[in-house]
Amino acid sequence: MSAEDLDAGMAPPMPMAVTASRKVIYRHPLPIRIMHWINVVALTLMFLSGLQIFNAHPSLYWGNRSDDGTEILSLGARQDAAGNLVGVTRIGRHEFTTTGVLGVSKGRDGVPQVRGFPSWLTVPGPQWLAMGRRWHFFFAWVFVLNGLCYVGYALATRHLQRDLWPTGTDWRGIGRSIVDHLRFKHPHGEEALRYNILQRLAYLTVIFVFGVGIVLMGLAMSPRMDAVLSPMVEAVGGRQSARAIHFIIAWGFVAFVLIHLFEVLITGVFNQLRGMITGYYAIDVTPVDEDVPGQDLPNESVPPEERPHD
Amino acid sequence: MTDRRSFLHMTLVGAAGILVAGCDRISQTMWGPDVLGKAEGLNRRVQALLSPSSSMAKEYTEADISPTFHPNGTTMPTTPAYRALMANDFRDYRLQVGGMVNRPAMLSMDDLKRLDLRTQITRHDCVEGWSAIGKWQGTALSAVLDHVGVDPKARYVMFHCFDEMDEDTPYYESIDITEARHPQTLLAFALNDKPLPVPNGAPLRLRIGRQLGYKQAKYLARIELVSSFEDIGDGQGGYWEDQGYEWYAGI
Repeated sequence: MSAEDLDAGMAPPMPMAVTASRKVIYRHPLPIRIMHWINVVALTLMFLSGLQIFNAHPSLYWGNRSDDGTEILSLGARQDAAGNLVGVTRIGRHEFTTTGVLGVSKGRDGVPQVRGFPSWLTVPGPQWLAMGRRWHFFFAWVFVLNGLCYVGYALATRHLQRDLWPTGTDWRGIGRSIVDHLRFKHPHGEEALRYNILQRLAYLTVIFVFGVGIVLMGLAMSPRMDAVLSPMVEAVGGRQSARAIHFIIAWGFVAFVLIHLFEVLITGVFNQLRGMITGYYAIDVTPVDEDVPGQDLPNESVPPEERPHD
Repeated sequence: MTDRRSFLHMTLVGAAGILVAGCDRISQTMWGPDVLGKAEGLNRRVQALLSPSSSMAKEYTEADISPTFHPNGTTMPTTPAYRALMANDFRDYRLQVGGMVNRPAMLSMDDLKRLDLRTQITRHDCVEGWSAIGKWQGTALSAVLDHVGVDPKARYVMFHCFDEMDEDTPYYESIDITEARHPQTLLAFALNDKPLPVPNGAPLRLRIGRQLGYKQAKYLARIELVSSFEDIGDGQGGYWEDQGYEWYAGI
């Protein structure tokens, strides 16, 4: 429709040329894509080997000590009247039977055994703390170095300031954004290229609260690092508290990944995956009259590196 | 619904299972653990940088002491030499100090108590994940090293123990000279104001302020100063190190 139609307040004519078309734009630059996939590998292996490490003493406590009877969470086992192993998960004073998954589960040989998390969810599968630690600490370094590269890159290219740091407008739109997310309503076209306030807050939280927090809580578990970090360790409640927080943040990452994957699923798996693999992302665009002011579409002639959201 | 749930469950178990199985195969190779183990050197260097060798482990108050200090690993050595000492309440115990030293020695409990004594309330962190706080009294290892005179070419202190983990595999451990000379590195003979109980390593055990539990050898029989531990045990510097645990267990 033309500007005249709008001015006259006329009902728009049936669209003819106004069919939506797709435009492919370069969205994620190579360093971001590489760091994203390194992160996928590192986080996955750290999580699975972390569960192996947790299995060596599958209980959490608050404070500096791990006294009997003060568990805030524990995965254990007991025998029923018939002598069968029953898996038991205790959270505070609440007890749940979790046979088959937590506390008691089948090993590779199919025989039920006492173990915190099941063997299909730990790296390595069998109870093997020494090897779990090797995987965990190796990928902890991968995760930390990758994270430092990301923050350095994001600051240098202003990705952090421009795309992730919320603006005043973002904050004002938070109510609408929450409602939209709850209704699974997602922006299309140009708008989809800009992170909304919830995305910005989620990414910032995951990077700077979860990422930094889980590394610090990991360091807090090191007796050597405690010699210099003990004020921080005491501030979070103690060494066992740090261990509990490390565990909780790990599950926070899992929650984030599940939501992230869900959003990818409902906003177009193929397009999102292509965006994060090749960098190219397609958006729906509505052809507009060149004369209508204020509607700038990304110009194909603009080189990728100069477009927004690089 | 049930079908979808079981499908999701199978997908999850299947995907995790394949990933875990792949990692297990890497864990079984020669190169896999070696590559993954490279992180240990980084841990050691970076921690030494961030926490200088003079940094002290936090010391706690009497109120922080654990109601029970759980023993772990061996709790009752079965070797005849140890049993004989235990039968006489460790009165005949002598700590043998040898290797690259100027004056090898056999130190009785009284000899040890005449050297530099320290008392510390520190936290013990097990590699498994639990922690306990205890009050330890003992002789500073640095005082023992000064007493015997260490050859400048010696790099490690080896601790040979009375207890055997498997048959004929005595427990042993090693630390470097810097850690050995740290003021919080003790040969402890008392826990919570009582003689060290047998389950906790009587009559003498190693206490290190800034290392994990398995480094803190119990039931000490002999100390040996060496320039390398390549030819001792499986050559990794300790019983658990020979089982794949890190020699520098900084974390």
